[in-house]
Amino acid sequence: MGAQLRVYKRRIRSVTATKKITKAMEMIAASRVVKAQRKVAASTPYARELTRAVSAVGTGSNTKHPLTTEAENPTRTAVLLLTSDRGLAGAFNSNAIKAAEQLTERLEREGKQVDTYIVGRRGVAHYNFRERKVAEMFTGFTDEPTYADAKKVAAPLIEAIQNETGEGGVDELHIVYTEFVSMMTQTALADRLLPLSLDEVAREASPKGEILPLYDFEPSAEDVLDALLPRYVESRVYNALLQSAASKHAATRRAMKSATDNAGELIETLTRLANQARQAEITQEISEIVGGASALADATAGSDR
Amino acid sequence: MAAELHVALVAADREVWSGEATLVVARTTSGDIGVMPGHQPLLGVLESGPVTIRTREGGTVVAAVHGGFISFADDKLSLLAEIAELSDEIDVQSAEQELARAKAEDDTEAERRADVRLRAATAGR
Repeated sequence: MGAQLRVYKRRIRSVTATKKITKAMEMIAASRVVKAQRKVAASTPYARELTRAVSAVGTGSNTKHPLTTEAENPTRTAVLLLTSDRGLAGAFNSNAIKAAEQLTERLEREGKQVDTYIVGRRGVAHYNFRERKVAEMFTGFTDEPTYADAKKVAAPLIEAIQNETGEGGVDELHIVYTEFVSMMTQTALADRLLPLSLDEVAREASPKGEILPLYDFEPSAEDVLDALLPRYVESRVYNALLQSAASKHAATRRAMKSATDNAGELIETLTRLANQARQAEITQEISEIVGGASALADATAGSDR
Repeated sequence: MAAELHVALVAADREVWSGEATLVVARTTSGDIGVMPGHQPLLGVLESGPVTIRTREGGTVVAAVHGGFISFADDKLSLLAEIAELSDEIDVQSAEQELARAKAEDDTEAERRADVRLRAATAGR
C-alpha cells in the first residue's frame, strides 16, 4: 500500500472514532434535555403558587418591606450569573457571560457597584482568568441542580439584600441565565429579581388581569412577606438553574450534532481521496508493467534478428 | 356554596397531592387552622408539622410538611412546602433511625424533621 493511501486510511479511522464519540454525546445530551425539561415542568406548580401568593401580599397590603421597596439611591447591586461546569456546548456559556457583562457595564454606568456571584466552572474560569473580583462562586451541580443547590446559591444573596448597604449589603439583585425557549432556541437574558416590581409579578400570576381577593394574613402581612420572599428568591433561582441546565443540554446536543455531521462529511471527502490515491497507484503499476513488458519485448525482438 | 375544596399540595420540585377535599387542617405559626369550603381568603405561614386533608370520598390524607405556606381563595387551597411527604411515602423505620441519630448528634433541625415525619406517619395509619 502506498504511503499516501496509508495516510488517508489512518485519518479516516481517527475521524470515524471521533464521530462515534460525538454521536454518543449527542444522544446523551438529547436524553438529558428531556429529563431537565421534565424537572422544569415539575417545579412550575410551586413557582406559580408562590408567585401568586407574593403578588397577593404585595398588592393586598400596604406593607413596606425591604424586599419590595426600591431604595431611593441604589448604590450596590448583586448579579448572579449562571453558566455550566462543562463546555462543548457551542456559544452557550459565552452568550451568558456576554449578557452578564453587558448588564454589569450598564449598572456601572448608572453609578452602582456590582458584586458578581457565579454558578458554573466556565463562568468562574472566565472571571478568574481576567482577575475580576467574584463575591461568591458555586460549582459542581449545574447538570442536574436540586432544590438544595438552589437554596445554597440563594442564601448569600438573600443575606446580602437583607443587610444595610453600608455593611456589605446590596440594594438590587439581578440574575443572568439562559432561558429554555425550545429545543432549537435558548436565549441568555438578564432579569431583575429584587426589589420586586409588583406589577410584573401580578401580571405573571394572573395574566388575564383578574382581581386578587382580599386575603386574611396569618399571623400578619409583614410576617408572611418576611417568610415568603426568601422562598420566592429560592424558587426563582431554582427555576433559573433548571432552565439553564436544560438549555445547556440542548446547546450540547446541537453542537454535537453539527460535529457529527462535519465528521461524516470529512469521512466522505477522505474516502474519495483515498479511492483516488488507490486508483492512481493501480494505474501507475499497470503502466509500469506494460512499460516493462514492452521494453522486454523490444529487447528480445532485437536479439532474435 | 361549593361543598368542596380544590387542594394542591406542592413541594418545590413536584406536586405531591391534588384533589377534592372537604376539610384541611394545618398548623400555622399562630396555631392550628381548619379550612372548610367558603373560608375567607387566607394566606398563612406554616409550621413544620402534619397536615390533614379530609377527602371528598371520606378518606384522610396526612402529609408531613417542613415549613411553607397555606393560601386559600375561591375554594382553591394551595399548600406550599419546600419539602412535603405523604404519610404512606414515609418509611417509619428510617424516620425512627433518623430521629435517634439526630438526638445523638444534637442536631435540632434534623430531629424536628424526623419528629414531624413520624407524627405524620402515625397519624396516617
